[in-house]
Amino acid sequence: MTNYLEFEKPLAEIEGKAEELRALARANPEMDVEKEAAALDKKAADLLVSLYGDLNAWRKCQVARHPDRPHCKDYIEALFTEYTPLAGDRNFADDHAVMGGLARLDGRAVVVIGHEKGHDTKSRIAHNFGMARPEGYRKAIRLMDLADRFGLPVITLVDTPGAYPGKGAEERGQSEAIARSTQKCLQLKVPLISVIIGEGGSGGAVAFATANRVAMLEHAIYSVISPEGCASILWKDADKMREAAEALRLTAQNLREIGVCDTIIKEPVGGAHRDGAATIAAVGATLKALLAELDGKSGEALRSDRRKKYLGLGSKGLAA
Amino acid sequence: MNWISNYVRPTINSLFSRREVPENLWTKCEECGTMLFHRELSDNLKVCTNCGHHMPITPRARFAALFDGGVFTEVKVPEPIADPLQFRDQKKYVDRIRDARKASGEKEAMLVAEGEMGRTPIVAAAQDFSFMAGSMGMYVGNAIIVAAERAIKLKRPLVLFSAAGGARMQEGILSLMQMPRTTVAVEMLKEAGLPYIVVLTHPTTGGVTASYAMLGDVQIAEPGALICFAGPRVIEQTIREKLPEGFQRAEYLLDHGMLDRVTPRTKLKDELVAILRMLTGATAPVKGELPAPEASDPAASGPAASGPADSGPAASGPAASGPAASATSAEPQPAP
Ligand SMILES: [Zn+2]
Repeated sequence: MTNYLEFEKPLAEIEGKAEELRALARANPEMDVEKEAAALDKKAADLLVSLYGDLNAWRKCQVARHPDRPHCKDYIEALFTEYTPLAGDRNFADDHAVMGGLARLDGRAVVVIGHEKGHDTKSRIAHNFGMARPEGYRKAIRLMDLADRFGLPVITLVDTPGAYPGKGAEERGQSEAIARSTQKCLQLKVPLISVIIGEGGSGGAVAFATANRVAMLEHAIYSVISPEGCASILWKDADKMREAAEALRLTAQNLREIGVCDTIIKEPVGGAHRDGAATIAAVGATLKALLAELDGKSGEALRSDRRKKYLGLGSKGLAA
Repeated sequence: MNWISNYVRPTINSLFSRREVPENLWTKCEECGTMLFHRELSDNLKVCTNCGHHMPITPRARFAALFDGGVFTEVKVPEPIADPLQFRDQKKYVDRIRDARKASGEKEAMLVAEGEMGRTPIVAAAQDFSFMAGSMGMYVGNAIIVAAERAIKLKRPLVLFSAAGGARMQEGILSLMQMPRTTVAVEMLKEAGLPYIVVLTHPTTGGVTASYAMLGDVQIAEPGALICFAGPRVIEQTIREKLPEGFQRAEYLLDHGMLDRVTPRTKLKDELVAILRMLTGATAPVKGELPAPEASDPAASGPAASGPADSGPAASGPAASGPAASATSAEPQPAP
């Protein structure tokens, strides 16, 4: 069953009608509905293309958060071999909002780290909806250190609404953990490539995505605050999230223009949730290309390029 | 003439500024309700003389108290492009900035200065909560980067006073990008072997806490300061329970191992001087109120580490000769 988004309602109606017709025909073998049904299919396909050809910022937020979108775990399982999860921050706990470990991409050993949101109620709770606590960032720091020591590239897959706003998380130093993780990203002498696969939520995303190359899926978002949060602060009305989403310029296309995103990875027509396998393959191809781009650079160059990139950000705004 | 510009004039100015504070105006302490004379309050660095409550203090007033004789040289911050995202909520961002400038008389939410504190040359940066809640955008990022560059150029420690509601939403992703940008500045200081001391003041929250404000070699907070990533209201909404008394306050963080010290504003200067001089191998500090340094010694630009207690001044020469981060003027800025 398809989980339709609010703006996909007209599509749901057409696809529903086509399905009804076919169900009718199955019950009454003498009826011939195929021509009519095929026409509806065509109509639905055209509508899908036009809907997704011009998604506004708020619609992109909905697509980026779609529950059927491939998540970190799906990418790791499909793209990497010999994935060996490594757990724990050696201080307090293992944070299940963050997964990571050793793996091979195209035969090459790497460290892969990402936020995992979960795919059903039970796993979403287990992964805390992809909202990491300090332990998650400290685990990431540990894994990045491991990669640095043994010269392995680091790949991060970012998909988080943000860092977890909880009592224990604050008591155990959420801010410090995020700051140290960003600092670790900046210290690495190995390639660091980040892909925003869904939601890049604020500091919780920066802590993983301060990278040599930042790729974003076509409908992924990356923002300083959620549109809902921004709306309730600046508009004093959480229902103004459409306006806030637009104003924040959080789409991959806007961020590419400012230089925060280096590469946009095209999604299948109708978004990543309509064809997970194709999306994962496209991400895999981009990862390999970006790794190849960074091959041959010295550790010192990788680190200083990364720093220069961030120091230089902000020199261009959006075209007026 | 140096002795006039660097020594006498600031003293005169501080006498003036004292007179300018009306004698008969009162402020009520919001904590204990005591009525406090304005002058008494500013003499005590905006700390309630009855209960010790720390009220907001502007970067200029803080620097006037911090630097010897109230003399410091402002470091010019490279201007970022205005309103890079053409942001507008109920109000245009450019209008909000304009209003904030008018209300505060300041250019932006961070002030950077160099000078001597207890005869110890430093660079200092202070965030201004009264300017759009001290929020961190491109300008604040640039200010921290230039402060670090200046400190490295002069081989001096950097002391940073944080105060912010977080990132400046009106600069969208570019405000978020100040987290890595300012972290690069911290890394540069670290590699140059220079101390970076953070003094967290009320309130320090969000992306500011989660970047430069938590990466100091020594982390000091003012009493009662709210220091957090997520604010208490957001947390209460998420976990649906009442938070304990004093949660996310400086003393609570100290108890939870997140800070080195909680120090009253009135004792900060002596403490900073003591710590910095130990970290840089300088001799024990000269205590007490010191006049502005005399600006004739060319050794002024020498490293903090090698300078004796009464080493040369900082306010004049070096600022004018610096390239990227040249000061607004070679003239010292008198106390407001
Ligand atoms: Zn009081």
